Amino acid sequence: MPKTKTEKTKVAAVKEAPIKESPKKDNRKVVLMQGNEAVALGALDAGVNFFAGYPITPSTEIAEILAAELPKRNGVFVQMEDEIASICAITGASLAGAKTLTATSGPGFSLMQEGIGFAKITETPCVVVNVQRSGPSTGMPTSPAQGDIMQAKWGTHGDAPAIVLYPDSVKESYELTIRAVNLSEKYRTCVILLLDEVIGHMREAVTLPDIENVRVISRIKPTVPPQWYKHYDENQKYLSPLASYGEGYRFHVTGLTHDSHGFPTNKASEAADMMERLRKKISHNIRDLVQIESHKMEDATIAIFAAGITSRAAKSAVAAARAEGIKVGLLRPLTIWPFPDDAVRRMLRNVETVIVPELNQGQLIHEIQRLTKDKSDSNLIAIQRVNGRLITPNDILRKIKEVC
Amino acid sequence: MANIPQKIIHEYLRHDKKFPHVWCSGCSNGIVLGGIIRAIADMQLDRDDIMMVSGIGCSSRMPVYVDFNTLHTLHGRSIAYATGIKLHKPHMKVIVVTGDGDCTAIGGNHLIHAARRNIDLTVVLINNNIYGMTGGQCSPTTPHEAIATTAPYGNIEPDFNICNLAMGAGASFVGRTTAFHAIEMQNMIKDAIIHPGFSMVEVISACPVIFGRLNKKGGAPDMMKAMRDNSIPLAAVEKLPPEKVEGKIIRGILRRDERPEYCDEYAKLVKRVQAKEAK
Amino acid sequence: MAKNYEIRLSGSGGQGLILAGIILARAAVHDKRRTTQTQSYGPESRGGYSRADVIISDSEIYFPEATSFDCLLSLTQEACDKYIFDIKEQGVLIVDTTFVKNLSLVSDNTYEVPFTDIAQEKLGSPITTNIISLSFLVKITGVVKPESLKKAIEESVKPAFVSLNLKAMELGFELAQQYKK
Repeated sequence: MPKTKTEKTKVAAVKEAPIKESPKKDNRKVVLMQGNEAVALGALDAGVNFFAGYPITPSTEIAEILAAELPKRNGVFVQMEDEIASICAITGASLAGAKTLTATSGPGFSLMQEGIGFAKITETPCVVVNVQRSGPSTGMPTSPAQGDIMQAKWGTHGDAPAIVLYPDSVKESYELTIRAVNLSEKYRTCVILLLDEVIGHMREAVTLPDIENVRVISRIKPTVPPQWYKHYDENQKYLSPLASYGEGYRFHVTGLTHDSHGFPTNKASEAADMMERLRKKISHNIRDLVQIESHKMEDATIAIFAAGITSRAAKSAVAAARAEGIKVGLLRPLTIWPFPDDAVRRMLRNVETVIVPELNQGQLIHEIQRLTKDKSDSNLIAIQRVNGRLITPNDILRKIKEVC
Repeated sequence: MANIPQKIIHEYLRHDKKFPHVWCSGCSNGIVLGGIIRAIADMQLDRDDIMMVSGIGCSSRMPVYVDFNTLHTLHGRSIAYATGIKLHKPHMKVIVVTGDGDCTAIGGNHLIHAARRNIDLTVVLINNNIYGMTGGQCSPTTPHEAIATTAPYGNIEPDFNICNLAMGAGASFVGRTTAFHAIEMQNMIKDAIIHPGFSMVEVISACPVIFGRLNKKGGAPDMMKAMRDNSIPLAAVEKLPPEKVEGKIIRGILRRDERPEYCDEYAKLVKRVQAKEAK
Repeated sequence: MAKNYEIRLSGSGGQGLILAGIILARAAVHDKRRTTQTQSYGPESRGGYSRADVIISDSEIYFPEATSFDCLLSLTQEACDKYIFDIKEQGVLIVDTTFVKNLSLVSDNTYEVPFTDIAQEKLGSPITTNIISLSFLVKITGVVKPESLKKAIEESVKPAFVSLNLKAMELGFELAQQYKK
């Protein structure tokens, strides 16, 4: 039954969420916080102790806050000479045992792509926060866009698994930063957190959880003697222990295709094994990775599929349409890659029309198209905007009224 | 050289599956590898504390052969990765092995900024004047008018003086030697590793199979002899008339300064911030 | 469902509108209300366009930008012209007549005050125009409690400037008393 499955997915998602509600609610302070600030605090609460970055609007506040906070906690903040150096420095530090994160925006994210591929092939944990701005190129640095959704998956060359999270609020920016760090440590890969410019800069009243309620995941260290250690050990879940440099395990790491010890190989069988391992690490753990929010979808005949800031406009539109008796709901991915195929298929089975608003010229909608059975687009409606302005609740409400 | 004890090789090289190495016969890279491990053996450093990082190119294949903590990174980026490792684990001796193209073309930005920060990395730059691994393309140190596959009519660009570049950027230890002067090289690498700050040793090297063939430099022995004959020690420069110095490779430690080291400065900053917080 | 109260503070870069927005949102937090504060500005630190939106509500706020305003504050003619037609029917319009010379729409809820001139005259500098006009807005609309505004100002400006800004707040309150219809 589709409905039960939805529930299950939601339960799994909730279980995985790092934040537990605190019992002593009154003691928690409500603070007005910016999205970028929430990312910085999330990083600190997740145990990030190494940040290397290069300033770029609209992500700079993350670097500024961590420059002030990390030295207080024996962490390292270093401003590198560019974004290429930044992704390399955090990957190096991670291999030396640090929990690492960097933050950037479109132009810097483009520069980081080769380094992101390196972190993925070497299975090195790290987090890249991309506070998206209008592009391409320099674009409009202080204006929002959702143009990096495909780049977050396909930006680096070659087939590489992607874990990409996408918050819709200041609070969720905090939560998903912690989740991004946790997933990077657990899955030994570069996890990407996509923020919208508006969310990075917006302030909301936020109640942060007590630090003791934050669930932090750290990489598993090897317990075998060094001569038995394999840098890429296999097990059923494709998750393996990770040694750090300078602690007695003198392992080798290379961006070349490698065997399970980490040494370069040209053997077809070993190359295939490595690629399979990278793929299965993600595809065998979809349940753990995919988080979605299903908002008023129970009886919906029209569904909106939207992420980040655009989903907030959609929620307003849903409220307004429902006030007029229109049965419309919202499906929102918190994990954008891997794509929530199952949830979208269920949505497509249960509704007549899907509206996909996004601040680009069509990225998410192609994923929905991929999953539509009859490939006819008549019931798939796009709202796309790339002029630096948000899609508003009214824009979506108008479309809802057009189709119902 | 003849009395290198066997055990050095046994102790510092990875034997299973890694050999034979990728380098051509007559290549200087093996001599530099020998120099590095003998320098380390001399200092009796703990292998667990040694980190070797490289980029892409012939020289950058070195880490796979040595039994240290080793990281083979992206083209040009070795110094940036090394910076991350050193900052998180300042007790480690971080040695970057790189080449002229890797370090001064694609990686030039990282070189100058690491030198400016004076972070305690030891960069061993093996300069063979060409992109050898990919078959002989022009590099920033390919001499003027020399032939490369991407400069088939002769190189019209002036070449980089790498040591001057490093010194200009603020490196606190800069030395130049050649693969022919193996003992001098080994000692210079040792001095560079001991030096608390950014150190760079440029090793002029021979690539007989690619650069030598393209530019009719003869075989490996001829190129080794050329290093011997076309270089003069720094100490001799002042005593020689300018015409005898012109066009020669000047060998020696060109700079050895004491400057605040970056990891030390960061540790001080942490102390200062925490003392202020405690108040 | 309680209604959102949507406020847009508009003008040009350097007039301190984003800080005013942050202070207003912070005051709403002290009132235990829900709030979002967003902004839009040009690449210039000084000049260009600048606006800050604050939404205050008792229920979850979905879309965080103000789309039709319960209150619009405009400190420049350009900003006023751009946003004036998006005010709600009973919405409050407050303009700084030092710069806003032409109003294409007026109602009973329109307040025309030369904030910048007053700031210059009474406090010796135009720098506190943002706080004077914000305090005026708070007193006229009652959107947050005056004591919450005071607390928010104290938390948001550098210690050396607290007393100056509190003077500006009092001045704004007095002006509101004067202009209140």
